[in-house]
Amino acid sequence: MGYWRFVLRRLLQSAPTFALITVLIFLLVRLLPGDPASAMLGDRATDEAVARINASLGTDLPIASQFLRFLGRLLSGDLGQSQALHVPVTELIGERMPVTLLLAAYAMVLATLISIPLAFLMALYRDRPLDIALRGAFQLGLSMPTFYLGLLFLTVLGAHLRIFPVGGLGRGPVGILYHLFLPALTLALGLAAVITRSLRAAILEVLQADYIDFARAKGLSERVVLGRHVLRNALISTVTLFGINLGQLIGGAVITETVFSLPGVGRLLIDAIFGRDYPVIEGLTMCFAVLVSIIFIVTDLFQAWLDPRVYR
Amino acid sequence: MTVDTVDRRPNRLQPPLIFGTAILTLMLITALLPQFVAPYDPTRFDYHATLAPPSLAHLFGTDMYGRDILSRILWATRIDLQIAVFSTVGPVIVGTLIGTLVGYYGGFADIVLNRLVDVVVTFPFLVLVIGIIAILGPGLTNLYIAIGLVDWVFFARLARAEILVQRRLDYAHAARGLGYGPARIIFRHLLPNAIGPIITYWMTDMALAILLGSSLGYLGLGAQPPLAEWGALIADGKNFMATAWWITVFPGIAIVVAGFGFSLAGDGVADLLRRRE
Repeated sequence: MGYWRFVLRRLLQSAPTFALITVLIFLLVRLLPGDPASAMLGDRATDEAVARINASLGTDLPIASQFLRFLGRLLSGDLGQSQALHVPVTELIGERMPVTLLLAAYAMVLATLISIPLAFLMALYRDRPLDIALRGAFQLGLSMPTFYLGLLFLTVLGAHLRIFPVGGLGRGPVGILYHLFLPALTLALGLAAVITRSLRAAILEVLQADYIDFARAKGLSERVVLGRHVLRNALISTVTLFGINLGQLIGGAVITETVFSLPGVGRLLIDAIFGRDYPVIEGLTMCFAVLVSIIFIVTDLFQAWLDPRVYR
Repeated sequence: MTVDTVDRRPNRLQPPLIFGTAILTLMLITALLPQFVAPYDPTRFDYHATLAPPSLAHLFGTDMYGRDILSRILWATRIDLQIAVFSTVGPVIVGTLIGTLVGYYGGFADIVLNRLVDVVVTFPFLVLVIGIIAILGPGLTNLYIAIGLVDWVFFARLARAEILVQRRLDYAHAARGLGYGPARIIFRHLLPNAIGPIITYWMTDMALAILLGSSLGYLGLGAQPPLAEWGALIADGKNFMATAWWITVFPGIAIVVAGFGFSLAGDGVADLLRRRE
């Protein structure tokens, strides 16, 4: 099977997943106890007020026609109106999404920069004090909640030492990267802990392969052996892990944005929950799910491109 | 770790398991009997000692109402341990049962489960749980429900994979050959052999539940005041970070220690099960 046939098959495979996501999100809001109208208006709302909200949300229609309406709107790219801010949900998400995506991408770059050298160091000094100490540190780091790490960074490096700003986005590319550094680092460390551990194991495995002995016997320098042969092969198994964790990274962004007061979609979601803004909650959940599905697909395609054995 | 040599260590308890179990035992005692461990009443206001830094009288200092931080952390152990157990015990049982049956019988249910797994892993776990809590409303009970609704899928996936391996082994064929019924084969033979990884994952999952529960507590979606919960305690102090760091820093250490305890115990149990084979 050629690469493009694999791409096509992978895309077709994801169609039922997308369908199920849509149905689940639709049902999530409608079948769980508590209806939006009474939640928004509180206990003492009059029946007419509840009916009015239900009519404007369309929640008074039978469930099947609600679903058709939902699907129809979705296909035309309409996620409804925010109940609190009276602007289209797509507009809100469009404004906030770039911040979140930038934060996630930044965190991924930092995580890569941290984990590749550390994984090599740990693998080459396997079971020596350095390796053991780093392993312990990562284990401890995995028990550290994101919001706590963020608060610590914010206080120590931001408020006390004043090395980094404590909020805001900054201006210009340099300013933005500078302002986003602490939030991105907060997110990156958790990811780096997972990736380094897996990459270390992968490197140790690759180092035992015959082709590495052969590359060394050819007289290649250790730098070329490690950089070109070991790293590339060790990365293949790590790419999938990157993809899976990128999804969790976006989840982590929700918390990080709250801690650092960044105007991303995570903050939007939390605000929407406290404001009982159901169209925004629904639209955002949908957006997150679609985004992560796309990341999964890209990960699979990238992995197949690195290692054609995946689809042969 | 790579499996390069046979493990020749004597079959005794290893340090991770001992340390992990010790941490968890201390947590359990604190959770059951906080009134004997905590030096103060965690809810008592003391306006003469607000925002007091750590001292001999208040080892971890006091918060903006003069409540003793150490006592609040110790009382919160009860809530956070509850989160670890209550939000995972349902998923472990239900997920393992469903996964086991699906793994044994296969067929249409298998296809449905696999699709469901695909979708659930697609959502960022946190966003999905937050989404469900958004609809149910904040609070501990809803937190358990929200985690439970999502978490069972991971156990089902794990149990299914384990059963798929076990049912092809010789002893399973032998059990069928002896004419045992499916219930006996599944629950007396396959499940006991498949349960190891599930228990190991459960330990990790309880650590994750504490992280998740405290994150939601921090956001105000989990335990509600006046309940003391580690994440909520951290949120109490976030506006005083520059002046009264102790309100935030110490509850965070409690979370890290608890998470570390669960993952050490989990590693220890995994190691024990591996060497028994």
